[in-house]
Amino acid sequence: MAQIVLDRLRRKFGDAILETHSEHGDDTAVVTRDKLVEIALFLRDDPELQLNSPVDCTAVDWQGRRDVRFDVVYHLTSIAKHHRVRIKVRVSENDPTCPSLTPIWRGMNWHERETWDLYGIRFTGHPNLKRVLMYEEFVGHPLRKDYPIDKRQPLIQMRNVKMVPTQKNPPPDRINQP
Amino acid sequence: MSEDKLLESDVIMTRRSDAETWLRERIEKLAQPVINWGRKYSLFGYPFVTACCGMEYMSVNSPRYDLARFGAEFPRFSPRQADLLWIVGTISQKQAPILRRVWEQMADPKWVLAFGVCASTGGFYDNYCTVQGADQVIPVDVYIPGCPPRPEQVLDGLCMLQDKIQAEKGRVML
Repeated sequence: MAQIVLDRLRRKFGDAILETHSEHGDDTAVVTRDKLVEIALFLRDDPELQLNSPVDCTAVDWQGRRDVRFDVVYHLTSIAKHHRVRIKVRVSENDPTCPSLTPIWRGMNWHERETWDLYGIRFTGHPNLKRVLMYEEFVGHPLRKDYPIDKRQPLIQMRNVKMVPTQKNPPPDRINQP
Repeated sequence: MSEDKLLESDVIMTRRSDAETWLRERIEKLAQPVINWGRKYSLFGYPFVTACCGMEYMSVNSPRYDLARFGAEFPRFSPRQADLLWIVGTISQKQAPILRRVWEQMADPKWVLAFGVCASTGGFYDNYCTVQGADQVIPVDVYIPGCPPRPEQVLDGLCMLQDKIQAEKGRVML
């Protein structure tokens, strides 16, 4: 659907495009972090692409992947041209930074704040990079795979409520039975 | 002489206070069911709506299911004027201090009703940001399960709360 976007990107930037693939009409380009701002400006301003709407910015935690643990994922769409593209940037665990695209698309502001909040990716050049969903007292980034699954950080003293014991392992004939 | 007079007046005061206490107790005992009856049919609710159960709250409050039949139809959006706190929806850790403050602002007598499974136990949100039941923040009188509960369940829960209020003792202030 947006093969034109990938073709133009590959022709213009060559080595900066690490990988592209199209699956079920979703076109993805993996780009290097150094060229991200340049590529984003090209995607926005090129008259044939006109990717003028920032849909989302998120991240994926591939814990255990060699060298680069995180994917930062941008979704862009063009209201004028009716196509969309996904841009991925690989970010390592030791240096989880990524250039901010908020100066290019103002709508990226809160998306990048959310990604910082939940994954701990620092966006350099962001005007106001602070938590947006969790509270300021929260320690850590809860959607990282190494955040303990049952760890909670209450803001106030909780009442001591006696929990009713539940059946941990129901017998097999009880599973999926109403 | 003066000491004797003092003692005498003390005795009179004590007798008067005994009589007052006796009378007060009798009146309270007689008045308790009447006051409870008045309270249970004039519950002014404060809807603390945080999630999708709010739709079901609106449904139960609207004419089809008609909460007004039980005298609880009048939502007050100030905790100062409310008797009944409806916790409608998921309580996140960020929301918990707000819920506690709203509850502390309500004047006594007050009751709390957990509407839906998230407010009762946290529901399926067993994660980093959700309080596992509003009773970890404030005491709850009646729990209504369901995701969301049917309006019939809500009305049933309200009737249970009314029974509880009718059975209350020692909350009369004369």
